[in-house]
This record gives sequence, C-alpha cells and structure tokens, in this order.
Amino acid sequence: MSNQNLREPTINITPEEYKKLSQQRTPKPKAARNIPRAFLVGGLICAIGQIIINFFLASGLSRNDASSAATAVLIFIGALLTGLGVYDDIGKWAGAGSIVPVTGFANSIVSPALEFKREGYVMGVGAKLFTIAGPILVYGIATSIAVGLIYYVLRF
Amino acid sequence: MFEMVIPAFIVGGLICVVGQLLMDLTKPAFTPAHVLVTFVTGGAVLGALGWYAPLVKIGGAGATVPLSGFGYSLAKGAMEAVGKKGVMGAFYGGIEATAVGIASAILFGYLVSVTFNPKG
Repeated sequence: MSNQNLREPTINITPEEYKKLSQQRTPKPKAARNIPRAFLVGGLICAIGQIIINFFLASGLSRNDASSAATAVLIFIGALLTGLGVYDDIGKWAGAGSIVPVTGFANSIVSPALEFKREGYVMGVGAKLFTIAGPILVYGIATSIAVGLIYYVLRF
Repeated sequence: MFEMVIPAFIVGGLICVVGQLLMDLTKPAFTPAHVLVTFVTGGAVLGALGWYAPLVKIGGAGATVPLSGFGYSLAKGAMEAVGKKGVMGAFYGGIEATAVGIASAILFGYLVSVTFNPKG
C-alpha cells in the first residue's frame, strides 16, 4: 500500500533534464546594458580617486605617498558606504564598475564580516573580513614574491 | 586640482569594462572574488613585464585605483626592494609598498563591521 499522503510529482523530469532546463531559462547577462554601467561607475570612482590624489599632491605629499593616502581614503569611503548599506545598491546597478576599484576591495572585506557578525568577534568579524581579501592577498603577495625572485635571478 | 581627471575616468572605466566582460562571458564560473584575484595577479604580472607603468602614466588614478593597480604596486615594490636589499627584498618589497592600503583595509573594515549591523 502506497502512502496516500504523498502527492504525485508535478514535474516528471530527471535531474539532468532539470539542469538543462534551468540553464535555458537563466537570463543571459545583458552585456549591452552592463558594459556602459561598469564604464560609467568605474570611471567615476577613479576620477574621484584622481581628485583626492591631486589634493594630497597640492598639500605637499610625494606622488607615491599621495597615491597611498588616496587609496586609504577610498578604502574608508568604500567600507563606510558598505556599512550604511549604500554600496550594495550601487553594486546591483554598476556590476564590475563597483567591484574592480579599490572601494570594491573594501566592500568585499566589510560585507561578509557584517553578515557573519552574529558568530562573534573572532570567528565572525575577525575571520570573515578575509573571506575575499584572503585569496586576494595570497595570490597578490605570492605573485609579488615570485616576481621579485625572478627579477633577482635575471639581474645577475 | 582637476588635471588628469578625464584620463583617469576613461582608463579606469575601460579597466572595469574588462572586469565586466570577464564576469559576463564566463558566467557563472567567475564570481567577484575571482575577478579581484585575477586583477591583482594580472596587474602584478603586467607590472613585472613593464607593461602596466605606461597605463599609470596615461591614466593616473584610472590605473592605480582598480585592483590591478594594487597588483602593479606589489610587483613594483618587490623589484625595487630587490635592487636595494637583494633577495630579502623579494619578500618584503611587495607588502611594504602596499602596507598603507592593506593596513587601512583591515582597520576601516574592522571598525565599520563592528559599528554597523547588517541590513534586514
């Protein structure tokens, strides 16, 4: 005797068929719409960065220091806007335009840390700060060491 | 005050378009994390080959603000430090050159995460 409480399956397809169907129905990314948005917002963030650099240059910093200081300011702005919940709204519209600039790096640090805050200050905030920043630092720093070693070998 | 702002806008915008194309053309394999890792590594390699410096000269912040600029600074710092301190420089140069960015990201990231609560 079959269980009468179980209703008949409403869709009669295998998982493979379902996967195929869901791939067909997933909306294709709208490149024509995404690209101008990424250009506009990404360009705008870099233009603001240039204005901040110019300001630090005018106040007497060297070009390197002005660039570092501007990076710190942009990271602060990106982190703050993420905390206020504004940056994610920008991100929905701008796509890569808000991900690729250093403000997006700040966003990638704050976002998971905020989300997992309830897991405590050590394994929540402390660990999740590096969910995306961790891989970036691992690959970035490892590449820089490799570059330095190759440069050292080639120089002699 | 406004010198280099237009070149920064154009170069920065174009670099972000490359990121957008990476994401759209490889969907769903490339998440934002993959894009950022690719840009840092790519910037470091291009910097090592000497191909990123001209972009910084043309675009200013347009080339340094995107994460590829972070990679470029890492590679440039490592090579400059090798010139000064030899093989040790390969290890400290990259982090030294990007220390302000890394430290401020940790500090501001922590402070904001502690101060605010997630929406919803």
